[in-house]
Amino acid sequence: MEYLSIFVKGIFIENMIFAYFLGMCSYLAVSKTVKTANGLGLAVIFVLGITVPINYLLENYVLEEGALAWINPAYAEVDLSFLSFIMFIAVIASMVQLVEMIVEKFAPALYGALGIFLPLIAVNCSILGGALFMQDRQYPSIGEATIFGLGSGVGWWLAIVAIAAIREKIRYSHVPDPLKGLGITFIITGLMGIAFMSFMGIEI
Amino acid sequence: MSAETAAATAKKDSLFSKKNRKLLIDPLDDSNPITVQVLGICSALAITVQLQQAVIMSLSVLFVMIGGNVIVSLLRNMIPDRIRIIVQLVVVASLVIIVDQVLKAFQPDISEKLSVFVGLIITNCIIMGRLEAFALGNKPGPSFLDAIGNAMGYAWILLAVSIIREVFGSGAISLPGMGQVKFLPAEWFMSEGGFYENNNLMILPPMALITVGVIIWIQRSRNQSLIEEN
Repeated sequence: MEYLSIFVKGIFIENMIFAYFLGMCSYLAVSKTVKTANGLGLAVIFVLGITVPINYLLENYVLEEGALAWINPAYAEVDLSFLSFIMFIAVIASMVQLVEMIVEKFAPALYGALGIFLPLIAVNCSILGGALFMQDRQYPSIGEATIFGLGSGVGWWLAIVAIAAIREKIRYSHVPDPLKGLGITFIITGLMGIAFMSFMGIEI
Repeated sequence: MSAETAAATAKKDSLFSKKNRKLLIDPLDDSNPITVQVLGICSALAITVQLQQAVIMSLSVLFVMIGGNVIVSLLRNMIPDRIRIIVQLVVVASLVIIVDQVLKAFQPDISEKLSVFVGLIITNCIIMGRLEAFALGNKPGPSFLDAIGNAMGYAWILLAVSIIREVFGSGAISLPGMGQVKFLPAEWFMSEGGFYENNNLMILPPMALITVGVIIWIQRSRNQSLIEEN
């Protein structure tokens, strides 16, 4: 039940886009068609599902205060948490490189569609954000951290696919000229955010 | 982008020539990082509930941006093309660690409120975007100006959004050393028996998006050349 609760919370209540605005840059740039949005969303789920548990291990066995005690009790005082940013980003950048190579090999069509945005997943705030929230919230086990990563990935995927579907339709509407493109996307995302706030307080 | 090519030909110009001034002024409006280049939205939206946070965030980004742009520009001939993203990330991450430690030491309250968003400066697309698009191909001088220009373009949007949200959301702006500065007489507020009620919606996350959307709307109706196709 604990797992389900974290999962649902990650998707709806603490949605990466609507509650924290993480990964907005690629969210806005790649949401013109549902197909590419879907691809990028799946890539984000995958990368979050891998990097959050790896960073969890890193945090709990290397970086945290006293985390090094498992090597030698003499290291119990060592606190490397100031290094966490650079370690997290290194893990993320290398994992993204790996995902990029896998996608290039097995799904060249998707690779062509996503173009330059795959390398940019490395600087997608939602990935580093996932790692930092995991550090902040102190999940008790690696299972919960993984579920949190997957849940927020699914939330991000849901958000980008939804906005892409809306943007495909809105092309046929009469939006005021200055609001076309970026402006209307911002406002719609705001309205979707208000809608998502109705999930607040749900407990499973 | 025209700014880049302009800078490439500006090698012999002085630091404040016309082309260099363009580097500084352009990002404020015509190629604003947030409203036109669509970079760095994540942090811009999340920390605009209060003016104070927005100011600290802008200063942090300014510092990281200048440091990153100048360092990468100095290293630009030494960085192998294939691993440039990792090199850039390491440079930026080291600068952000400095900012984070300084904030924790001197502004612990603000650091607490900004929580993960200081760390997220690393993945702030403005910084990576400008490193990729500008610093890798230009000398340190123009890169320095480009950094200041873009950080300022980012900062003014941040300040505008945070002032709007704080004034309408909390009815007052909290300034360091002056406490809460109310923009209406205190007895007009509903909590003091008056008639004015704060709009709590402005404090909630979705309103940041709508506020930026409206700023974009205003900017583009003034500057028609920025209008997009769909």
